[in-house]
Amino acid sequence: MATMTDPPAPAFRLSQLIYDTRYRSITIQVIAFILIMAGLFWLVNNAIQNLAVLGKDFNFAFLGSRSGYDINQRLIEYSNNSTHGRAAIVGILNTLLVAFLGCMTATILGVFAGVLRLSKNWIVGRLMTVYVEGFRNIPLLLWIIVIFAVMTESMPQPSAFRGDDPAASMVLWDSVAVTNRGVYIPNVVFTRSLGGNEMSEAADGVAAAVIPSVSFGDWALFLAALVGGIVAAGAMGRWANARQEATGIRPPGVLWMRAGAILLPAAAVLIALGATLDYPELRGFNFTGGIQLRNSLIALWFALSLYTGAFIAEIVRAGIMSVSRGQTEASFALGMRPSWTMNLVILPQALRVIIPPLISQYLNLTKNSSLAIAVGYMDARSTLGGITINQTGRELEGMLLLGLFYLVLSLLISAVMNVYNTSVKLKER
Amino acid sequence: MSEIHAQTALHTAYVRTEMLPEQTPPVTAAGPVKWVRENLFSSIPNTIMTVVSVVVIYYIVSHMFGWFVNGIWDAGSLSECRQIRDAHIAAGQLPEHSEVACWAVLSDRWNQLLFGFYPSHLYWRPILAVVLFLGAMAPVLYDSVPRKLLIGTLVAPFLCFWLLWGGTIWPPIVVALGFVIGWAIVKFGSDIVGNMPATIAAVLVPILFWLYLTGPLVGLLDSIAPIGIRSVASREFGGFLLAVVIGASGIILSMPLGVVLALGRQSDLFIINKCSVIFIEVIRGVPLIVWLFTAQLLLGYFLPPGSNFDLMLRVIIMVTLFSSAYIAEVIRGGLAALPRGQYEGADSLGLNYWQSMQLIILPQALKISIPGIVSTFIGLFKDTTLVVFIGMFDPIGFSNAIRADTNWNGIYWELFIFIGLCFFICCFGMSRYSQYLERKLATDHR
Repeated sequence: MATMTDPPAPAFRLSQLIYDTRYRSITIQVIAFILIMAGLFWLVNNAIQNLAVLGKDFNFAFLGSRSGYDINQRLIEYSNNSTHGRAAIVGILNTLLVAFLGCMTATILGVFAGVLRLSKNWIVGRLMTVYVEGFRNIPLLLWIIVIFAVMTESMPQPSAFRGDDPAASMVLWDSVAVTNRGVYIPNVVFTRSLGGNEMSEAADGVAAAVIPSVSFGDWALFLAALVGGIVAAGAMGRWANARQEATGIRPPGVLWMRAGAILLPAAAVLIALGATLDYPELRGFNFTGGIQLRNSLIALWFALSLYTGAFIAEIVRAGIMSVSRGQTEASFALGMRPSWTMNLVILPQALRVIIPPLISQYLNLTKNSSLAIAVGYMDARSTLGGITINQTGRELEGMLLLGLFYLVLSLLISAVMNVYNTSVKLKER
Repeated sequence: MSEIHAQTALHTAYVRTEMLPEQTPPVTAAGPVKWVRENLFSSIPNTIMTVVSVVVIYYIVSHMFGWFVNGIWDAGSLSECRQIRDAHIAAGQLPEHSEVACWAVLSDRWNQLLFGFYPSHLYWRPILAVVLFLGAMAPVLYDSVPRKLLIGTLVAPFLCFWLLWGGTIWPPIVVALGFVIGWAIVKFGSDIVGNMPATIAAVLVPILFWLYLTGPLVGLLDSIAPIGIRSVASREFGGFLLAVVIGASGIILSMPLGVVLALGRQSDLFIINKCSVIFIEVIRGVPLIVWLFTAQLLLGYFLPPGSNFDLMLRVIIMVTLFSSAYIAEVIRGGLAALPRGQYEGADSLGLNYWQSMQLIILPQALKISIPGIVSTFIGLFKDTTLVVFIGMFDPIGFSNAIRADTNWNGIYWELFIFIGLCFFICCFGMSRYSQYLERKLATDHR
């Protein structure tokens, strides 16, 4: 009977840290960790020393102090007596505004251009190729400056609209005036407002609000009605689908009911609040009334849309082309109409390819809106990362906050994208 | 039987014995007419689109063509341009009220747009550097160029640096020496002390060499053999030279960094993985312009007190870090797209991590990533225009400076068209090259 004894455990040798794959990864990580921490410590230590040399401290109290500068484009109440913190919020809202507008138009443009580029019409296809390649291969900054120059140099002055035989005239049934000081569009005014309009009268009289301060209560009510209508329409659609699956017959007139559910409450709110359009009008040397869209906003918005639209066009084209011809043919073989084929077979598959890069284009557009500096649009970088830094000398804190804003924004958008990606991912083994 | 035969004989009288000559197809079913019918007027919506497109094209061309072609090339200022135009109109060479381009601004400011404030008697140096750079890139870009020329590719960056900035020849040589030391340690040290220590030493020794020995060594060599050419400060760079120098350095430096970051992000090692993720996400989450302002305003805070270095170098570092994060994401996509079998196959062959990466994974992953990498490079090159905001004179900065001159006050489109065209040629060339590369490397059978 042999006695079994465990072989003596080999003593741990120092060289195993390098040669034994079990320990090597730990060694590498510890070394990397120490190096990174040392580097960070070095940077922070330098920053502390430099701040001490300059006699500065590190705090964010400047956000509560009076800003002392004006912002010509704002969505919320702001004057030069407001705080730097509020100025930063105005800037952030302006960034979000141009990003939102840009994403909308870029999507529309991009989808059109992408589909048209695949069109069988030779001349349209070529035209779209020129658009896409032209915008993709020339820096965005140049486009922003070019469009800004077009707006300020080639558009008529407001005085050209005056007289019996004016050199320039308003477009779209006398509702929109395109001048070299900006584009004037009609504004929606609530004559029976819920209140909130008084705030704009209270604002400083010198720089009249450029976008007249919005009566939030009225718009909130309108939006609530609209969203409620959309939700109701969605519920109706689900009910109709359920009925169709149960009985085989789709309840008649559902389409009209859904359209009514969306439109009627919103229209009722508009009528109840007495919504009218306030048209821009030439008074003296300039237009009054309506909303003035400054050249800076127009240039930035158009350039961002056209530029990103070119990229989106390529994404859409690639998405549609990624659906193999066999899918179309199979769907025709099943007797589906072309519109059904598009909606039920091609689009669901193409969207899986299109959406992730599309969202990253939205992200790029948002980050590119920081090029507002080229035309003097007051976005987050110009207020928080520009004038505020210059006035308070808080470049470390200001840039940190600015960086954090963009970082949080893009992490949010990527989080949305990841959720979407997992929801549409092909379920594989 | 005979009856049938007789009948067939009778019928054969009506059967042709020779072929008819081929008739040309109807006009509407062949040639240009068919093409036009199929491609331009196949349906009503199609016809409408064609007509609208033609109208749009006609509108643009009719407005631009005369302006473009009748442009004036020989004038000293915008007002002189207008005088010449008026003289032409008076002489009847141009129609009434016609506007023409004033290309004279390009001939007048040609050197500035291309070289900035670079000393004019030294223009041969950037030109030579660009030629050298293109020559050095040839063996990388095209297979048909002899492989031996790759040695030239390794030497060229140092030579270009010396040609552009001038000064004594020793700093680039000594820096290159650091790379040679690292290479020698890997080559000869692995046999003596083993793979792993040799790799670590090959990283550490050159870094220590650059940190502590480069300065004294350069001083020593310079005092022994003062070989040098006139040095040019970074602030004298401008125009397209600036864009090309920043763009090319960014492209060359960000590629290896991007590969390392991508591998770090795919790595199983927790700390390395998390550090790469944080680095990539932070860099990508913030716009380049904010990073450039950081480089301009804040870099001084994070360096030892009193130290200061060149703004252009800061910009190149920032641009490199920025695009390396993007490239890392592109390559990560390529790594993720490889089937698991490739990784498992490499493991089962007994290759270690670096061997499997170098021999099996990266060649395939990089091939998949080519379009993304090149579009990142195009983006980087376009983004070099952003340096105008931190006070450097790239082409767009110069277009503003030229307009500030009373002679050329009010000139817009000519400069924009020229700058746009130059960028378009470079970027479009890059994207065409990437398509060529994709076709060349395509090994799947379709």
